[in-house]
Amino acid sequence: MKLLVAVKRVIDYSVKVRVRADGMGMVTDGVKHSMNPFCEIAVEEAVRMKEKKIASEIVVVTCGPKQCQETLRTALAMGADRGLHVEVSGADYESLGPLQVSKLLSAIVRKEDIKMVLVGKQAIDSDCNQTGQMTAALLDWPQGTFVSEVVQEGERLKVTREVDGGLETVSLKLPAVISSDLRLNEPRYATLPNIMKAKKKRIEVLTAEALGVSVASGLRVLRVQEPPRREAGVRVETPEQLVTKLREIGSI
Amino acid sequence: MSNPLRSEVVKLYKNLLHLGKQYPKGEDYFRGRLKIAFMKNKDVKDPNTIKDLIARGEYVIKELEAMYYLKKYRAMKQRYYDNKK
Repeated sequence: MKLLVAVKRVIDYSVKVRVRADGMGMVTDGVKHSMNPFCEIAVEEAVRMKEKKIASEIVVVTCGPKQCQETLRTALAMGADRGLHVEVSGADYESLGPLQVSKLLSAIVRKEDIKMVLVGKQAIDSDCNQTGQMTAALLDWPQGTFVSEVVQEGERLKVTREVDGGLETVSLKLPAVISSDLRLNEPRYATLPNIMKAKKKRIEVLTAEALGVSVASGLRVLRVQEPPRREAGVRVETPEQLVTKLREIGSI
Repeated sequence: MSNPLRSEVVKLYKNLLHLGKQYPKGEDYFRGRLKIAFMKNKDVKDPNTIKDLIARGEYVIKELEAMYYLKKYRAMKQRYYDNKK
C-alpha cells in the first residue's frame, strides 16, 4: 500500500509571530521555520505503518517555495521514502489555501496510485483544518479526521476519532484520507545522521501547471491584526485604595 | 593521537551540536556548555572509560530529544486543547 503524506512548512512553534508592517501577513524573513507539528505526527504514523509492513512506500509532498525542501528532508529523515515538491512561489504562495493544496494533492494521488493520504489535522500558522476534508471530498474517498488511533483490518481501517466529549470509532473503506490529532503518536526526532542519509533520497520538483491544477484563489486578505494587547495592572497599597480604584472603573 | 574511538567521539559531538540548535536557552549557551563538558575529559585515554563517556553522551541525546518532544507537545496542548476550564 502506497501512502501519501502532506507536510507543511510553518513558522516554528517556539517563535513569537509578528504582523508585517503592511498588515497583510506575517513576518517570515529571517524567522525560524520547521515542519508543522501535526504533520510530524502524520509522517510518524506513516513510518510506523511501514515498519509494521502495512505500507510499502511513503511519499511526502509539500507545496511552497524552494525552502520547503528542508521540510521534506526532515520527513525523509524520519523515514519517508521519497519527496515531491510542488513549487509555488510569490503571490501564488501568499494566497495558497486549503482548497488549492487539496486540488494539488488529489492530482498527485491520481498520478501516483496512492491508497491512503495522511495529513495533519491543521497547520499552526493558518489553523484552517480543511485540507484533509477537502482532499477527501475532491477524491470522493472516506475520511477519518482528528484521528488518535488507526488499525488496519483487511481492506478497511478502524479509526478512533477525537470528538467533543469523547472518542468515536469508525470503520473506513480504503482508499481513505486520515488527518492526525495530537495524541495519535509521539513523532521521532530527525537526527543528524538520518538527515545526512536523507540527502541521498530523491526529491522530485513539480509545478501546479504540470499537474493540471490552477492555484488561483478566490479569497483576498483584507487585513491581518494582532490580538489586543493586555493592559498593565496597577498595584494598590491598602484595601481603601482598592475600593476607590474599583469605584473609579465602575466595578462596584 | 589516533585513537580508534576518535571518530565516534567526533560524531557524538556533531550530533549534540545539531541538537543544541533547538535548545530553549539558545544555541550559544548550549555550545559553550557542550565544549566544556567534552574538554573536561580530553585527557581520558582508557578505551573503556571513553566508551562509558560516549554512552553517557548518547543518554544525553535521548534526554534532549524527549525534552524537545515534551516541550512541543505541551505547547500544542496548551494552545489547542486546554481552553475548557
